Amino acid sequence: MTFGEKMSESPANRPSPRIVGTPQIRKEGVDKVLGRAKYTDDLERDGMWYGATVRSTIPRGRIRAIHYDPRIDWSEFVVVTAADVPGQNHIQMISADQPCLVETQVNHCDEPILLLAHPDKRRLPEAVAAIAIEYDLLPAVLSIEESETQREIIWGPNSNLGNIFKQFHLEKGNVDDVWASAAHIVEGEYSTGAQEHLYIENNGMIAEYSDETGITVWGSLQCPYYVHKSLMAVFDLPEEKVRVIQVETGGAFGGKEDYPSIIASHAGLLARKARRPIKIVYDRMEDLAATTKRHPSRTRHRTAVDCNGKLLAMEIDIATDGGAYATLSSTVLSRATLHATGPYVCPNIRITSHAWATNTVPYGAFRGFGAPQSIFAIERHMDQIALAIGLSPDEIRRRNFLHAGDTTATEQCMNEPIILDTLLERALKESDYANKRKRFAIQNSQSPIKLGLGLAAFYHGAGFTGSGERYLNSLAGMDVPANGKVRVLVANTEFGQGTHTILCQIAAESLALSYDDIEIAPCDTSIVPNSGPTVASRTSMVVGRLIERSGSQLIAMLREHADLGESYSKQEFFAACDRFRNQHGKVESLCRYEAPPNIYWDDQKYRGEAYPTFAWAVYVAEVAVDTVTYSAEVTNIYTVQEVGRVLNPTLAAGQIEGGVAQAVGYALYEKVQLKNGHMFNNQMTNYIMPTAADVPPIHVVFEEIPFAFGAYGAKGIGELPHDGPAPAILNAIQDATGESFPSIPLLPEDIFLRFLSHAPREESLVS
Amino acid sequence: MSLIELTVNGQQTQVDAPPMKRLLDVLREDLGLTGAKEGCGEGECGSCSVRMNGELVNSCLVPILQAQGAHIQTVEGLAIDAELHPLQKAFLECGGAQCGICTPGMLMAATHLLAHNPHPTLDEIREGLAGNLCRCTGFIKIFDSVIAAAAMGGVKTHAR
Repeated sequence: MTFGEKMSESPANRPSPRIVGTPQIRKEGVDKVLGRAKYTDDLERDGMWYGATVRSTIPRGRIRAIHYDPRIDWSEFVVVTAADVPGQNHIQMISADQPCLVETQVNHCDEPILLLAHPDKRRLPEAVAAIAIEYDLLPAVLSIEESETQREIIWGPNSNLGNIFKQFHLEKGNVDDVWASAAHIVEGEYSTGAQEHLYIENNGMIAEYSDETGITVWGSLQCPYYVHKSLMAVFDLPEEKVRVIQVETGGAFGGKEDYPSIIASHAGLLARKARRPIKIVYDRMEDLAATTKRHPSRTRHRTAVDCNGKLLAMEIDIATDGGAYATLSSTVLSRATLHATGPYVCPNIRITSHAWATNTVPYGAFRGFGAPQSIFAIERHMDQIALAIGLSPDEIRRRNFLHAGDTTATEQCMNEPIILDTLLERALKESDYANKRKRFAIQNSQSPIKLGLGLAAFYHGAGFTGSGERYLNSLAGMDVPANGKVRVLVANTEFGQGTHTILCQIAAESLALSYDDIEIAPCDTSIVPNSGPTVASRTSMVVGRLIERSGSQLIAMLREHADLGESYSKQEFFAACDRFRNQHGKVESLCRYEAPPNIYWDDQKYRGEAYPTFAWAVYVAEVAVDTVTYSAEVTNIYTVQEVGRVLNPTLAAGQIEGGVAQAVGYALYEKVQLKNGHMFNNQMTNYIMPTAADVPPIHVVFEEIPFAFGAYGAKGIGELPHDGPAPAILNAIQDATGESFPSIPLLPEDIFLRFLSHAPREESLVS
Repeated sequence: MSLIELTVNGQQTQVDAPPMKRLLDVLREDLGLTGAKEGCGEGECGSCSVRMNGELVNSCLVPILQAQGAHIQTVEGLAIDAELHPLQKAFLECGGAQCGICTPGMLMAATHLLAHNPHPTLDEIREGLAGNLCRCTGFIKIFDSVIAAAAMGGVKTHAR
């Protein structure tokens, strides 16, 4: 890179980027490949003990008695109950309904009741097993359908609002006027299962407590200030006495968005009572049984179409299973609702949606956050519409795509360029769609292996929904300590996506310095401002933009107060910082979120600009279904997406590939099996994700249309690739076999049962 | 307790441990080598992979008694002095490490693969790494990394 280029405040005259857009090496990469990156379980504190959790074994009931087996010397242990909570016994999420520890009422299996600590972690399992809890059982609600009957109210008021965490009702035009005159009406019901994040590092946290300094936690987490907020409430401490430090985090995918507030509270309660540091690290079985998963869903579509295949009316009903407490169900439902129509234009839309309470472990955030569920439904449904009216899957989509100037279900006018037609043509070309379909039709007639191709077209709204970013009011920036480096100050966390790398690239770009001149400040709430949670594909776009602005602001400050020249070298930059620091004590530049202009959102009516911008994609899945073994294998996935400016091509492609692989698992492998709301296949042996031998070749193509209000044109990227593969794969299976499967996960036994139900009776007996 | 002698990353060492203590725990707790991670504790995820007498093992499934006299190589023993092993360099440059938690085990599996097959085909790489789970990358950039390391001469420079 070169120094001394002219800086300009005007985005239009910005010099062409030199660091943004290049494959810079991951900031913490060397530590990771050397095996010296320290994750929570790699850390020790002097005098540290270990913690464990005693959990409920019933889905619903009241605790009658707790028995401690006298064969254990309990004086060696520290035991914490709900009575030891100094503040509020509730985790602070959107609502504060989830107890930190059960007092008397149990609402799901695996709910935390007691905490134990001991200096020898190997003594803990027997102690946990030596505590017997007696319950008075209450009737449990274990499915969306049972919850909907409202016969048993397990959450909320004893009225027709009972069991409902959240509901939405959207109306555009008037669907009721359309049904009578429509050429075709197509109906369908689709469902999706729970999905486990399966980050390879389980949840873990270390806590220390003292009356003087308050509580400090080190842990595996996405959102330090979420944990901070819960700890303030649970420990009844002012904000300066709560310190949250994120350490290297071994994968998250949403699974460490809300849960760390619970485990941090638990470790803290034990530390407070034991007067020593406490580490709690779950093993895989506990992590799978006790922590959040993706919301299961059921979506019903009723669609009116004219004789040319144009959508006339869409009536959509969505139900999600939220589990026993509200956690993030309302916002997950919101995103599901706002992605339910797919990337299509339709004059008349009605969407109703409900998040229902059940006595299962609360469901939480997971990459895509409701969108994969509703996109699965609409993209499967579009293929059924195509079939009903005799159009090809690509043509039905082409005839209904949103274009610039069209409005969505919330009457958001699409003002940004939309290139769905381009993405579709590119995806068809990349996958050699037309030729392959012809070839597969011939091959399939002569082979027990049936080949097929399936499409999905979709958008993913970038950043928080509606007014979300305004409420967050994020603050981020940079400072320049005397060590000759610029430090990026954000609470946004690195857990594999490349947050640190991207934000350092943006800082280097905006300061016209080199990537190596930038480092990231420790993610410690006593050091970094609240730049919001690391979720919702917002970090590059929203927080990156704050870093970009902070850079420009810092340069202007140094020019005005420290004689920084119009063009400058690295040495001149840091010399100017030294002068500024000598005069003002520190060199710091922070910026607060400013909403893009012309963004309007009505939270009450759910109308307006649901998202400041969208990422767009068309995916093609290619499958081979073996009609002898009933296994369905994805043989290729072609992904074409428009995600704004790609800031780091290696990281961006890594996001797409990782998301696609996770979504292949969602579609064909990963089944959470529940009994009484307890996941009983809670082992990696029994919950199967795709391995190196299973993932298909994943072809990644980016089209770039810079977004004016994202960092150097970035939009969101991380969640998008989880949205499309599942429907594309099931559409391909239908193309291959003629069988339409409405539910995921779709396992070989499901395919077997379907084929069996069609087979002539004698034949199935003979075979 | 049993006194176990073993060689770890070329250094002879002794540990006094219960005979059924897992090799993983001995490495992490007794020897302070926290590169190998516990992901599942049942030999499914491979994040605790190390090489024992030239074989790739899940160290969560090896009782320390079984490692008596063994030569163990962990991720900490890959780089020589300050120089990254070609596989480490390739993982860094190709994006083979994202969150990094599977990386130590993945590197050991890849080391093992290249030791036996210096120029594997893509299918051989897929098979060679099938015992190591990565939830971030979709494996694609890991395959790229192994191919790149093989092209750099992944084994010759650092055979142990």
